[in-house]
Amino acid sequence: MLKPIITLKDIAVSFDGEQVLKNFNLTIGDGEFVTLLGPSGCGKTTVLRTIGGFVTPDSGDVFFGDEKINNVPPHKRAVNTIFQKYALFPHLNVYENIAFGMRLKGKKEDEIQKTVTEMLHMVNLNGMAHRGVGQLSGGQQQRVAIARALANEPKVLLLDEPLSALDLKLRKDMQNELKKIQQAIGITFIFVTHDQEEALSMSDTVVVMDKGEIQQIGSPIDIYNEPKNAFVADFIGESNILDGTMIEDYLVEVAGQRFKSLDRGFGKMAPVDVVIRPEDIDIVPTGSAAAHINGVVTSVTFKGVHYEIIVDVDGFKWMIQTTDSANVGDKIGLALTPDDIHVMAKSVYSGTMGDYSTFSDEMEEALQEEGSEHED
Amino acid sequence: MRTKLISAPYTIWMTLFIIVPMGLVAFFAFTDKSGAFTLDNIARVGQYSNVFLRSIWLGALATFISLLLGYPLAYTIAKAAPNRQSFLILLIMLPMWMNFLLRTYAWMSLLEDNGLINNMLAAVGLPRIHMINTAGAVVLGMVYNYIPYMILPIYSVLTKIDNSVIEAAQDLGANNRNVFLKVVLPMSMPGVISGVTMVFVPAVSTFIISKMLGGGGNLLIGDLIDMQFLGSAYNPNLGSAISLVLMVIILICMGIMNQFDDGENVGGGMIL
Repeated sequence: MLKPIITLKDIAVSFDGEQVLKNFNLTIGDGEFVTLLGPSGCGKTTVLRTIGGFVTPDSGDVFFGDEKINNVPPHKRAVNTIFQKYALFPHLNVYENIAFGMRLKGKKEDEIQKTVTEMLHMVNLNGMAHRGVGQLSGGQQQRVAIARALANEPKVLLLDEPLSALDLKLRKDMQNELKKIQQAIGITFIFVTHDQEEALSMSDTVVVMDKGEIQQIGSPIDIYNEPKNAFVADFIGESNILDGTMIEDYLVEVAGQRFKSLDRGFGKMAPVDVVIRPEDIDIVPTGSAAAHINGVVTSVTFKGVHYEIIVDVDGFKWMIQTTDSANVGDKIGLALTPDDIHVMAKSVYSGTMGDYSTFSDEMEEALQEEGSEHED
Repeated sequence: MRTKLISAPYTIWMTLFIIVPMGLVAFFAFTDKSGAFTLDNIARVGQYSNVFLRSIWLGALATFISLLLGYPLAYTIAKAAPNRQSFLILLIMLPMWMNFLLRTYAWMSLLEDNGLINNMLAAVGLPRIHMINTAGAVVLGMVYNYIPYMILPIYSVLTKIDNSVIEAAQDLGANNRNVFLKVVLPMSMPGVISGVTMVFVPAVSTFIISKMLGGGGNLLIGDLIDMQFLGSAYNPNLGSAISLVLMVIILICMGIMNQFDDGENVGGGMIL
């Protein structure tokens, strides 16, 4: 475990009587890239603002290293924030924006100039020092915001959905750049996003949140492969989530079949949620020995790398992602191996997600857009 | 083409009642009574330089006081809760609903040697103060009448400053004083310039305020022009020349004013 740099202890925050965070406990290690991931309204931005000093928790403590910083105002905290809408100073040019923090600290002019040049180089904005910030594109403004925050030499950088306003390609580039910058300077990044792919590809640790509570903390691989409950399984990637029964350790019954599984410790005959990732399912001919489950194809969508196939199995719609094609109306068999089957304890989310009967791309896009709107 | 069509009514209005009269003013300024070209009128304006200086001085003083009083008020209103803001702005506008002359008359009766204020002072045993017909009374009248024009544009610019910019400044280490000096104040400059312009220009050229509160001893350019057209010293040619010179002076003042604005700011409501 890394030396903790930020510790949140029993934090509770409410706005206008609405509980935004409750019993929130989180320890962030020095030099870690941590992502707070969750749908809009889950309280992730509030966590960030609590660390930045813009939100005072109703109860609980915030520690920086060993020091309690509950009552330290934002301008005295060794953290800097990159705001969702960049929040550059429109009356200052690029150079003065980046120099802002250093000037407040009374640094010497030659030192400021050296740092600004370094920062501009790091974020690929050489030669832009004397542009007005209004003349820059969204991506360039974002880079200035990053340079401005890092020029202050923070111990922790807070990033509040910094890439959500950028288009897809630029967003991917910036993800890589941010990761590179974080590795190069070695400080802690706390990144807030509702984009699970962004979270998985950038972070050392992902904190999945919903309704003001932590659902799961873990490495991207753990979060994806071993989701703790139906919410996490559904939010991270695509998942078929089925009702199942843990017959005994290493044996689970799901969709009317018994499967060997790698999970244990749920007791005997315990009701559980079973997650099967769409890409883990193989299509085989019906009636073959490998066909554990049989179903009828109801939709096939070409996605570039793979096909997305929806299969009706006794009324439950499964999603399969495969490079094999199939036609609507085909009867196919689905083959599963023990490590395709992940068993989770029942939770409040059981039964509310993971069935693709109402699934459509438009709906998902609409949800994505909703999520990208600003969240307080 | 379409936009041209929409603006046509005002373009015609502007041409008829602004451009043409300005041309006439220029024509009268450079002609004598018989209509022959002359520079005499312009040359004669020089003898009123003390009136010009007094007008500019009193106008500048009134503008400065309006800014000093108006900025903190605009700032306070902009920081208030949204539903309170509209009420406070209503209060600022309220005096403007009443007739300008009436308001100035009211000040006359307040400031007179036997006016309300002096009577109250006398009632509590304090000596009477001579207030009416002084330069101070003129400045007071200017500030009183024109301060809403200072408050409104500053308020409007202040409310447009995104709170995240202020948070960014705090985040980068600025305490409240620095947030104000380095972010809020510079970002509100377009509003300040707009307010200064909207107070200074009418204050410099006013004639009613000086006439009613300043007495004979505080003649301003406006009174001088008034006299050339409606008063005893009837001389439209000289009046036009004074107007023309005043216009040039105001233009120069505004030019200087705009130099304080580095042109890199957010588009606020700037006049000129």
